[in-house]
This record gives sequence, C-alpha cells and structure tokens, in this order.
Amino acid sequence: MTGEKEVAESRPIGAAPVGAAASGGMVAPVGAAAPGAGAAAGARQYLLVCGGEGCQSWKSEELFLALHQQAETLGVKNEVQIIRTGCFGFCEKGPIVKVMPSETFYCGVKPEDAKEIIAGRIAAKKDVERLVYKKEERLAATTRVPEGAFYNKQFRIVLRNCGVIDPENIDEYIARDGYAALGKALFTMSPLEVVAELRASGLRGRGGAGFPTGLKWELTRVAPSDQKYVICNADEGDPGAYMDRATIEGDPHSVVEAMAICGYTVGATKGYVYIRAEYPLAIERLKIAIRQAEEYGLLGKNILGSGVDFELEIRLGAGAFVCGEETALMRSLEGNRGMPVPKPPYPATSGLWKKPTVINNVETFANVPMVILKGSKWFASIGTEKSTGTKVFALTGKIRNSGLVEVPMGTTLREIIFDIGGGIRGGRKFKGVQTGGPSGGIITAKDLDAPISYESLTALGSMMGSGGMIVMDEDDCVVDVSKFYMDFCVDESCGKCAPCRIGTNQMYTILDRITKGNGEEGDLGKLEKIGQAMTKASLCMLGGSAANPTLSTIRHFRDEYMEHIHDHKCRSGSCKALVRFTILADKCIGCGLCARRCPVPCISGEKKGVHVIDQAKCVKCGECFVSCKFGAVVKA
Amino acid sequence: MEKAETGFSPELSAFIAEWKDKPGNLIMLLHRIQEEYGYIPRDAAERLARSIELPLAKIYGVITFYHFFKTKKPGKNTISICLGTACYLKGSQALIDEARDILGIEGDEVTDDGLFSIDPVRCLGCCGLAPVLMVGNQVHAKVTKDQLVDIIAKYKSA
Repeated sequence: MTGEKEVAESRPIGAAPVGAAASGGMVAPVGAAAPGAGAAAGARQYLLVCGGEGCQSWKSEELFLALHQQAETLGVKNEVQIIRTGCFGFCEKGPIVKVMPSETFYCGVKPEDAKEIIAGRIAAKKDVERLVYKKEERLAATTRVPEGAFYNKQFRIVLRNCGVIDPENIDEYIARDGYAALGKALFTMSPLEVVAELRASGLRGRGGAGFPTGLKWELTRVAPSDQKYVICNADEGDPGAYMDRATIEGDPHSVVEAMAICGYTVGATKGYVYIRAEYPLAIERLKIAIRQAEEYGLLGKNILGSGVDFELEIRLGAGAFVCGEETALMRSLEGNRGMPVPKPPYPATSGLWKKPTVINNVETFANVPMVILKGSKWFASIGTEKSTGTKVFALTGKIRNSGLVEVPMGTTLREIIFDIGGGIRGGRKFKGVQTGGPSGGIITAKDLDAPISYESLTALGSMMGSGGMIVMDEDDCVVDVSKFYMDFCVDESCGKCAPCRIGTNQMYTILDRITKGNGEEGDLGKLEKIGQAMTKASLCMLGGSAANPTLSTIRHFRDEYMEHIHDHKCRSGSCKALVRFTILADKCIGCGLCARRCPVPCISGEKKGVHVIDQAKCVKCGECFVSCKFGAVVKA
Repeated sequence: MEKAETGFSPELSAFIAEWKDKPGNLIMLLHRIQEEYGYIPRDAAERLARSIELPLAKIYGVITFYHFFKTKKPGKNTISICLGTACYLKGSQALIDEARDILGIEGDEVTDDGLFSIDPVRCLGCCGLAPVLMVGNQVHAKVTKDQLVDIIAKYKSA
C-alpha cells in the first residue's frame, strides 16, 4: 500500500475532465488530429452526470437532458460542459452528479432539480445545499468511522476513468493517457518485454482463480500456431457482482486497448469480447468504442503504422453461468452448448477452435494499460506481496452504502464493510459476508480483520471470486442462503459430469427439506460427504465449488442447521415453513391494522381488543409482522 | 433454399447472409431471431436450419441450453424480476409471488390479454439498487411490493 498516497495525488478520482490536447505519448499524433475534443471551449465548470445502468434506472438520462435544456434556457451554455460518464460506484445514492473543479458531489438528483443546479451552481456559483453529499451525516450515523466517506479508502486503477470521462468519446480516454500504453508497447517494447513487465507486476486473473496474467500470456506467446486468439470474458454471471459491467459501461476503451496490447504480445490478430446479452448498455458502449478505435487506427490493420494487425468482435452470451468457465465459454463462442472440457490441454495451447488462446476477465484487462504505462514496480507496490494491485468489489446486501468499491489488496474486510460501506443497514447485527458468489463461502465476524488477498480468502474457506461481496445480517438465514446458492447451481449445472449434475440436486433436496422442517438426523453428514465428492470429482470449477457455500455455512453455523433439524426453528424467520407469527396480548392495542393487511384473512379480534392469528389458516406472509407499529406481532 | 427464407424480414435475411459464413455464428443468429420475434418460433428455427445448413437438433440443443432463449411467446411486457443474491436477500422472491398474484399467472404463463409475463432472472447487474426489476429496457430500483400495482398499471395503459 506504500504507493497509495503518491498515486492518489497524481491521479485523483475525478481529476479535471479533458481538454483538447491529448497527452498520450506515442499516440499523440493521432490524438492531436482528433476532432471534437473539448467542444465547449472556455467552459469554466463541468457537470459529470452518472450514466451507469444503476443511475439510469433513477432517470439520470432525463436529468442529463434537463440539465442541457436548463443551461440553454438560462443562457449559461458556455459556462458549463455537461458530460455523461460511467458508473461512480456509489449506486446507493444515485443519481450522482459531480461538479468540477469544485468537486462537489450531488446525490439523489432528480430531473426536477436541473433548474436549481444550473441556476445555483453554474450561474450563481452557489451550491444547492440540500443535494450535496455530506460526510458529516455519515459520521453521525456510524461512530466507528473516523473519516467515513465512501471514497476515502478507495484507490482506483480499474475504475480510474469511471465517472470521470464520457465513455462514448475516445478523445476523453486519450486525454487521460488512453492508448498511450498501446503505443508504448508497440514501439518501445518487444512482446517478451511486455510479458516480463506483467510478470514482474504480479498481476493475477481477477475472474477469481488468480492465475498470473503474465504467465498466461507467455504460454500463449510461445505456443506455435498460424492463428491465435484473445478473448475477454465479460460473461459476468456471478449473481451479486457487477464490476465488469460498470467497467465496460464506464471505460470500454481500457478493455479494447488492453486486448490490442495482448494481441501484439502473443501474436494474435483476432480478439473476441464475450459479453452477457443481459447488458445492453455495456454492449452498445463497447460497440461504439470499437468503432472509434478503428477510425483512429488503434484497431484493425497496421495499428498506428506499426505493422501489427488486431481486430475485435463482440459475441453475446446467452445466460449460462457455466460459460464463465473458460473452456465452456470457448465452446459457446464456437456456437455450441457451453459445456466445459477437461484440462489440459489448456487454452494457451489449445483454446478457441483448438488454437492457442489468451482468455482474461474484464477487470484483469482493465489493469493492463496501467501496468504497461506506469511500470511493474509501481503496480507491485500496491497491495500485498503475492496479491498485487487492487480489487473491485460489488458491495451489496444488508449494507448501508451499496456500490462498487476498489481497494488495494490487503485492505481488511472490516475496512470495506464498516468504513467504506458504512456498516449494516438499520442497526442490525453483522452475521457474515459471502465472497466468491455461488462458488465461495461465508466469512464471519471473527475473521473481519483478515487482509484481503487470494491466499487469505482461500484460507478462510472462501475465495476471491469475481468480487461479489454480499453482506448478511441477523435477519438472514444461512440455511436459506445455502439453499438459494444450491438452487442456482442446480439450474446452472450443464449436466455433463455426474458429480455436479447429481450432487447439486441431492444437496438441494436435503437443504430444501431442512428449511421445511423435515430435516433428518445425519443430513449434515450427508451434505458434507456429497459436497466433498463433488469438490474432488467434478469436471470444472462450477461443480468443484458448488458445495462451498453449504460446507462453509455448516462449518460456521452448525448450531443453526441443528436448530432447523431438531427444533424445527429458524431463528431469523427466513424459512417460512418454520415461522410462527403470534400476537402478544399485552402489547396489542386492537388497532386492527394487521387484520386489514392480512391477505387470507386469518386475524380476528374486536376493535380495541386483543387480536388473534388463526395458525391453521396463516400463510406466513409476514404482512402483520411488518405492519404492526407496537411490536405486538412476533415471529418465532 | 430461396423459398425457405420467405418468412424472414429483409433485415433478418440480410443479417443471416452476413453471418452465414462466420465461424461460431449460431448464438448470434439466434439472438437476432429472438430480437425479431421476442422468442424463437419453431418454424423460424426450422428455416434457420435450412438456410445455414445445420441440423435442427443441433439448433435446439443450443436454444434449450441457454436461459436467454425462449421457445414460448412472452407477454408484450416481460417483467424480469432479478433473483440475484443481493435482490434475493432483499425480498425479490416475494416480489415475484406478489406480481404473479396481481396478474393471476403462474410460471411462464402470459396474461389473457397478452400484455404481461413474468421472468425471474439471474442478476441484472444492478445489485447496488436491490431489489430490482426490469420491464422492457427500464430498470425499476428498490422496488417494494406496494409499488408493483402501480408499475404494472403504468404498462397496462401504455
């Protein structure tokens, strides 16, 4: 973490947006000839409007148009440049508008607020106080945070341009040193030197497995073949992770540039981005980025006159989690059912169409230009010894501030959850955090101070995974969550190998009966046995890790499983079949609200008299529990 | 061969012609067909099989492998309710149950007026805004059960 301070200053989040000049080293000639950059010359202020999918669902597009319209109406069009950027990461408080150079941060901005912002901030140079994000509010809310701002502990490499540049404008990327790394690699480095730089940087695959990126490229580079391929795995299937989507939506050129560098390094002339069809905005922005890069001579034949060819094509996934597995992804890209094949041979020697193939995840690629540009020493100075650089996490679940966070490796879970995330929502008690999605495990309070790295998370019985970080509180039931993940794996198992196909089903059946109060003595032993067999015998990592959530929760919360099995009790109340709602006679004032809300209805009682739930009719929807203002309805 | 393609729009036919010789084209072609019809009708799959000279069984093998491809016509408005982990923890299963209740449909059924169907999906990638649902291209964030009636009403009148 030593380089943090220095770099944070030289490349702050949201450094002043672009001007006309491109500072991109080798690509300067191209950049300088580029039209259109810095259109609103003389603009004194900038409004950066988040155009990530999250904020768009809060009408940020309407807001963007309204700001433009207001600037026009109020005659201050030349004093402000309004830019639609990628995701700021702070999805919880969207839509976000950032004002530069004052660095004011507006949260929860509505289209109706446009007039006030333009008239206030832009015309009168006075902030719209009610919209400004106040660090103090958070301080009052969470006492454990000394400087509890969402961004304070973050350090952005992958998300360096997200929320800073207009992702649909290549000039803005170039002005932020974009494509300088490609120029540097093409003209000053041999492929061997690129590989050496990557290996020295310690960069490892961010898709979850953590394979050294430099080594992967080297193995493909030395594999003899007339044709090689580069694939970007953007099939972000882990439910609860969305950093790849945000990276492509906010900074698509970083991936395009890295893939071109990779093509040059390994000797591939063709690349594919395999992206989820569920991400239309990301696909659109990627298409625009590829087209612009082609127009600028940064993709295609004879890149920047170097004699190197590299073309890029987008291929859509179709909703199969197993396609995140590299061999399955390549079968899918070839137009088949996405089923994995045994390794070896590894993709580096026999991948797409049996040709040597480099396949990396979006986040891994997004790191590459920075490694090339700033050097391996700089990169290796961030993070821990074996896990260098940063990691982006999608912090979600029962957390106060959900969003995307990028932190140096070695940051503790406590810092991420309590300092950045602001702790648990509604003052509830922290129960655990699931990392690695359906392949990972739960980490409990006692391990919160572990520094995050590939090794430490594995040692804790979980894994890095792609970066989903789902926080659970005391209202979440571990058995129910394990069942949820197992249901997912049953659904997503491709069916090719028996351990996964049969094992996931068997485990699901057992978990299901436990949540319904029909658990049997010995069920936990069976779960563990099947889980271990799947882990050892499955063909790919989907089956090999499908048992992890269950095994890790059994390890940490055995007593809760036993309660379900022996006492038919779910302490969190998530397992509906085990819940019983009752009304406390001494607290009920007879307002009748619960009876009116009850959909069955099964609650009866005189007005101002004590009400009673007819257990035989109750469907356990929980409406009464939620609606009672006097705490008279209890679940047990 | 000419006759086989008469049922496709000129744009779709042009797309097929453009992609016909690209390696690994099948999934892209299926996406394009689903874009056209909202699902993959049996006769479209048959026509595709003839025009790219691929066995129908192979095409169906691929269609049924992937969740994204539908073989049944969905409602005019598909309400995709996210069942990603973050949304699940925040009660999206209850949203699905409630929406089915309101519309009076089960599973992949379509409402009698053909306007709605419900599609529980795996992670829409808006986990910071959980629970979310999507109608068309519009994401609705932090949805509560009470809001469902209004959301549905909005699309009913639209």
